[in-house]
Amino acid sequence: MSLFNHAWKHIRRSPYQAFAAIATMTLMFIITGLFTVISFGSMILLNYFEQKPQIIVFFNDTKKEEDIKKLQDKLLNMDKVSTVKFVSKDEALAIYKEQFKKDPMLLEMVSADILPASIEVSAKKIEYLPELATTLKNEPDIIETVFPEDVVNLLMSWIGTIRKIGLGVVVFLAIVSLFTVFTVVSMKIALKKEEVEIIQLVGGSKGYVRGPFILEGIIYGIFGAIIGWGVNVIIILSSTPILSSVFTGIPLFPVTTIFYGALLGGMLILGTILGSLASFLALNRYLK
Amino acid sequence: MRIIFNKVSKNFGKNAPALDETSFEINEGEFVFLVGSSGAGKTTVLRLIIQDLIPTSGKIEIEKFVISKKNHVDTAKLRRKIGMVFQDFKILYNRTTFENVAIALEILGKKSDEISKKVHEVLHLVGLSDKANFFPIQLSAGELQRASIARAIVGGPKILLADEPTGNLDPTTSWEIMKILREINDLGTTVIMATHNADIVNSLNKRVITIKKGKVVKDEKTGKYQ
Repeated sequence: MSLFNHAWKHIRRSPYQAFAAIATMTLMFIITGLFTVISFGSMILLNYFEQKPQIIVFFNDTKKEEDIKKLQDKLLNMDKVSTVKFVSKDEALAIYKEQFKKDPMLLEMVSADILPASIEVSAKKIEYLPELATTLKNEPDIIETVFPEDVVNLLMSWIGTIRKIGLGVVVFLAIVSLFTVFTVVSMKIALKKEEVEIIQLVGGSKGYVRGPFILEGIIYGIFGAIIGWGVNVIIILSSTPILSSVFTGIPLFPVTTIFYGALLGGMLILGTILGSLASFLALNRYLK
Repeated sequence: MRIIFNKVSKNFGKNAPALDETSFEINEGEFVFLVGSSGAGKTTVLRLIIQDLIPTSGKIEIEKFVISKKNHVDTAKLRRKIGMVFQDFKILYNRTTFENVAIALEILGKKSDEISKKVHEVLHLVGLSDKANFFPIQLSAGELQRASIARAIVGGPKILLADEPTGNLDPTTSWEIMKILREINDLGTTVIMATHNADIVNSLNKRVITIKKGKVVKDEKTGKYQ
């Protein structure tokens, strides 16, 4: 009988313990998957804010185009500035019309004259934003400087908190899974003590005796990983229509196949490590 | 495979020598009875041969394997060359007769076709061909011991150790078991049997090593039980 058949027989003959071990692993992988997805999503969101023009400077009508051009050149010569885009009054009107095309009432009341010209300044790093904003605020003929500092700071703070909480929860659940599989495998060893003794007496090697128990732990880990991954995929796919409308323009959805593959791969590796480690610990504890 | 015990001692605690500087040699193909009262050290000799125990002093040589306090050999490899029959059978009750015997070949990594062929051969040899798919609970004590012998010999060991194999059996069944052990010995396997059964020892006219308080007190080529 092959190693796998032995391990599978162990599982089949005690389905309730196997269910407990797989269920705990599955729960751990569902939570791990969700935190991974949220963490990656937040990173994309942050990256999006980092990439997009972060400071918008609106000018008075008195500001001449050549002065704006000079300011544009001055900004481009700064190490901390990535791009500078000029938006004329006509372009501002076009943007406005596009945004409110479903609301003719709002379109009727607006012409290019009342909209200010602006520049959109993008920093190379998000940390440079406050300094650039201060510099631009001191420029003459400026109506307003729009600087999404609060949004970015809030986002960064969220990501930090999500990662810390996520890591804490995942580590806790991983320890719970480890001890559940450890307990299940320990029970199997205790139940099979006589069998193990006989196999050793007739010449069963360490690998032959221990192999099925190690593989059993790995099977629990792999099953937990696959089911946990499946639940995550279902959650992502079912929430995609709602979330894509919330995060319009941000490249979050649809989630790529590569991401699903990497998530499954990571979970399978983690499941294999956790399952084998739990079995290894149980064997060292109860099978001297 | 020749077995050499060279001044082998085994102590369990300070004042409990189970074996005391015991020396003897057993040649390939011999049939040897180990006799002596309970606690004399017979089972200790057998357990030392399969490295279930490690000598306190002295060394045991079994072909290329040299067992001593300082030199442990690969237990699994050693045991694959030695079959052992136990008084309490040591049969797995959740497996059929066939599966119990097959286990000795599975650990050697044999293919299922070969396992099936060899297991049926030895089951035929021990007279259990018709009980291959029976579970141990469906077998008599004699049949369980035959299954145990089948498991011990299926891998083709050079040495067969039997620790009081007739201890739990009635006289008729005991003689059936002895007949099987003699047949196995006739095929060239060294058989070492620890026993209390004087009738069997006296009838077979084989070599008898008598152990008393951990020492070999008599070693006769065709000895009797005393």
